[in-house]
Amino acid sequence: MDSSLFPTSAEYFRILPEMILTVVATLIMFLEAILKDWQKRVFAPIALAGLTAALVAAIAANGSQGTAFHDMLVIDGFATFFRVLVIAVGMLAVFASTEYLKREAHPGGEFYALVLFCVTGQCVMATANELIMIFIGLEISSIASYILAGYLRDDARNNEAALKYFLLGSFATAFLLFGVAWIYGYTGSTNLMEIRRQLETPGGPSVLITGTAAALMFVGFAFKISAAPFQVWAPDVYQGAPAPVSGFLSVGPKAAAFAILLRTYLTAFAPISRQWVPVLWICALATMIVGNFAAIQQSNIKRLLAYSSIAHAGYVLVAVTANSEIGSAAAMFYLAAYAFTNFGAFAVVTHVARKGERYTKVEDFAGLAQKQPAMAAMLTIFLLSLIGVPLTGGFFGKFYIFKAALDSHLVWLTVLGLLNSAVAAYYYLRILVVMYMKDPEPSEALPPAGPALQIAVYGSAIATLVLGIFPSFVLDFASKAALK
Amino acid sequence: MNLLDAVLLLPLAGFLALLFVPKTASRMGALVISLGIFVVSLALIGNHSLSTNAPWIDYPPIRYHVSIDGLSLWLVLLTTLLTPIAVAVSWKYIDHRQKEFYAFLILLEFGLIGVFVSMDLFLFYVFWEICLVPMYFLIGIWGHDRRIYAAVKFFLYTMAGSVLMLAAIIYLYNQSGTFDYSEILSQIQTGRLALSPRTELLLFLAFFGSFAIKVPLFPLHTWLPDAHVEAPTAGSVMLASVMLKMGTYGLVRFCLPLFPNAAHRCAWWISALAITGIIYGALVAMVQPNMKKLVAYSSVSHLGFVVLGIFSFTQQGLDGAVYQMLNHGVSTGALFMLVGYLYERRHSLEISAYGGVATPAPNLATVFLITTLASIGLPTLNNFIGEFLVLQGAAYVSMTWVAFAAIGVILSACYMLWMYQRTFYGKASEGVAHHMHDLTGREWAAILPLIALMVWMGTYTQTFLPAISEQNARILENTQKLKIERVQLQTPEVARGQ
Repeated sequence: MDSSLFPTSAEYFRILPEMILTVVATLIMFLEAILKDWQKRVFAPIALAGLTAALVAAIAANGSQGTAFHDMLVIDGFATFFRVLVIAVGMLAVFASTEYLKREAHPGGEFYALVLFCVTGQCVMATANELIMIFIGLEISSIASYILAGYLRDDARNNEAALKYFLLGSFATAFLLFGVAWIYGYTGSTNLMEIRRQLETPGGPSVLITGTAAALMFVGFAFKISAAPFQVWAPDVYQGAPAPVSGFLSVGPKAAAFAILLRTYLTAFAPISRQWVPVLWICALATMIVGNFAAIQQSNIKRLLAYSSIAHAGYVLVAVTANSEIGSAAAMFYLAAYAFTNFGAFAVVTHVARKGERYTKVEDFAGLAQKQPAMAAMLTIFLLSLIGVPLTGGFFGKFYIFKAALDSHLVWLTVLGLLNSAVAAYYYLRILVVMYMKDPEPSEALPPAGPALQIAVYGSAIATLVLGIFPSFVLDFASKAALK
Repeated sequence: MNLLDAVLLLPLAGFLALLFVPKTASRMGALVISLGIFVVSLALIGNHSLSTNAPWIDYPPIRYHVSIDGLSLWLVLLTTLLTPIAVAVSWKYIDHRQKEFYAFLILLEFGLIGVFVSMDLFLFYVFWEICLVPMYFLIGIWGHDRRIYAAVKFFLYTMAGSVLMLAAIIYLYNQSGTFDYSEILSQIQTGRLALSPRTELLLFLAFFGSFAIKVPLFPLHTWLPDAHVEAPTAGSVMLASVMLKMGTYGLVRFCLPLFPNAAHRCAWWISALAITGIIYGALVAMVQPNMKKLVAYSSVSHLGFVVLGIFSFTQQGLDGAVYQMLNHGVSTGALFMLVGYLYERRHSLEISAYGGVATPAPNLATVFLITTLASIGLPTLNNFIGEFLVLQGAAYVSMTWVAFAAIGVILSACYMLWMYQRTFYGKASEGVAHHMHDLTGREWAAILPLIALMVWMGTYTQTFLPAISEQNARILENTQKLKIERVQLQTPEVARGQ
């Protein structure tokens, strides 16, 4: 016991990404106070350097897999996959935001610090091996994202978004914590493996109680992944928050939340899967239907993408419902493909919205193909990927998810999910229609996108296409790293 | 990398090249590229047993498996022939955003060829969906007034059908462990993959639904008139001539051999729908005031023959069906082109806007008449052979069907000749006389190959039919053999039971 009282250097190495991110974020906050205004340009490069270092550390840590800090964290392929993913999303967010912040006259270090903290929290979620760490990671990520959602504090829409997000988010987290308390009370442990052992023992805690606890925790998770019926916040928040932040919120925290959902339900709660699979079945279907059918009605593109991201959470829930190794791998692949696709779409929206985000209606995209064909082509790639047209990451993601679902004999869920994706094509096509088939309306000139934003857009597009044409590499990794 | 890969991948390369060609050179570039592809593809005629089988994705094992046989050979050639023709008819017609137009046209060619040569179910699905995107843009950007409605309807119909096919493909993979068509086929033949009758029926319906929408089979045809009327001429030509064949090709290639028992079980109502389509399409065509709509409904009628032939399960019926696919591609493609020629002169698709066109434009009238007669099924022109074979095949199954289907042949003469009469004969109004001029050199060049083919295919079937028959015999053998084997398998058990 005493020999392991102090963490070994290997354990520090395993959490190096989180440490780097925290240090760099803190450094930015310090510099914010010291530097003069004209020197504040350095924040974005510093943040990028920090994220790159964390990315390298996360990949390196995969070479020394194992647990850390008395099994509180576990670094395995699954954790590495999600750490790399959320860090990459963080980098894209930095690229997409620099010019945005300048445009909105709100340059500042704390934005980057918050992004880094948010990513730190997501990394902790990806590696958490017990309920308290899950909660801590979730809170680090959430608190940073509440502030990010309201970053432009003079903007009423931002304030509304942040307040809604915060109030509803805290409420949902309380459910999560309540569930954690129940589990701890009945099993005497917060460690996921230990809980699983307890639940597997015959004559252990009653299924009714653990099932209820699992359901309470699911409320908290479902809120974070915006699954029906806990999705109502998402459209308001994504619409009100700054566009690059909406993009970030719709992918990063969601991926991390799915990581903990997968880990908790496929490890700790695996013995009681007969109780939660039907719940998730209904939840997945409801999420897809709510997201898709509400999106059809939307005229604001941020709101439309918000509902679409709800629908996509539904598809990933199908993979979770499959409750299998293949399902886990499919969810991982889908989240990666979806992350780049959806973030890319939001990056283009950031660009077209112009100063003050006055152009976020679907009609404002009219004639984009004639004004800026490259941007229109990129948005086309993202939308086709969201529809699930072959040769894009979104298609393979859907394919693997429904394959996993059929493997687990979820025939009806598969059929209904696929029909849902056909419905979804309708509202994505609407955007293509205005971009390509309507003539541009005379409106404020659209200046060409800045280089940083272009990197974010093209980077996302390349990732989307690579995942669609050569998915083997990512899928192999996901299959090996999938939870068993 | 063999000749087949070249024919498949050249359009993709051409598409990418076109993106970087200056705007003014795009149509010339597209013409050169598509003609080049056509010339290369002609070399396929000599050696139609090419195939390539290379890994694409390791797990699940998806392979780049393409091959060509008597069934796909002519459809590929039809595609490569019609693409340069489509470029030629768009030469003046497409006056804005030319570069995008030609890029999409070449991308469409890539998708279509891919559909016809894929031997991996997954790859097939990928190409099937790829075709959707360029056609959607072709209709939506360069179409007529209600183009957006038509484009979205087209996309959603096809998408809704194809997602179920995707589910069926995944299910087949889960059962067999492979996406490879020939591998799955051999598993089914040898009984290693035994599907229960109910499963087989559901899988069959999932594939069939997707193909039937594309054909389109009555009552799933409602997207077709909209798409055809609104599409630009080149879009209509590619849609009618090649894209609809994706559906019938899928029926022959996949539905019959993979699910023979279900296909036999469903044949009666599918044939009934096909005959309904033949007559319904013809009747609706008769009352259309709009030329393009008339031709579109005539397509519904003609493709009913194809489906009827396929589900007769006879050598003649199947040969006729495949031949009729090519015939329809040639003659309906030509009809859409000619209607496009008229539209470019008079800017109207209403039959009533014309009359007496034969006086100012005699050559156009002659060419139109030949095409009309071909479409009706006049002996010595191509459609006659196809329709005759289909009816002959159907006669083995039921004379009643033949009687009803034959009504469609008669009706086709009515609506086509009536349209011809109202358009070309009579006294030319002032507007017609003023606007009409005869065929230009470019227009001649685009239509002549098709006219030549109508005569060739109508008089010398030896060029085309042997390869088709050979492949059809194989498909029929697969379809029949399994039936017999299953029966034989059951017999000893039954005997033991007794």
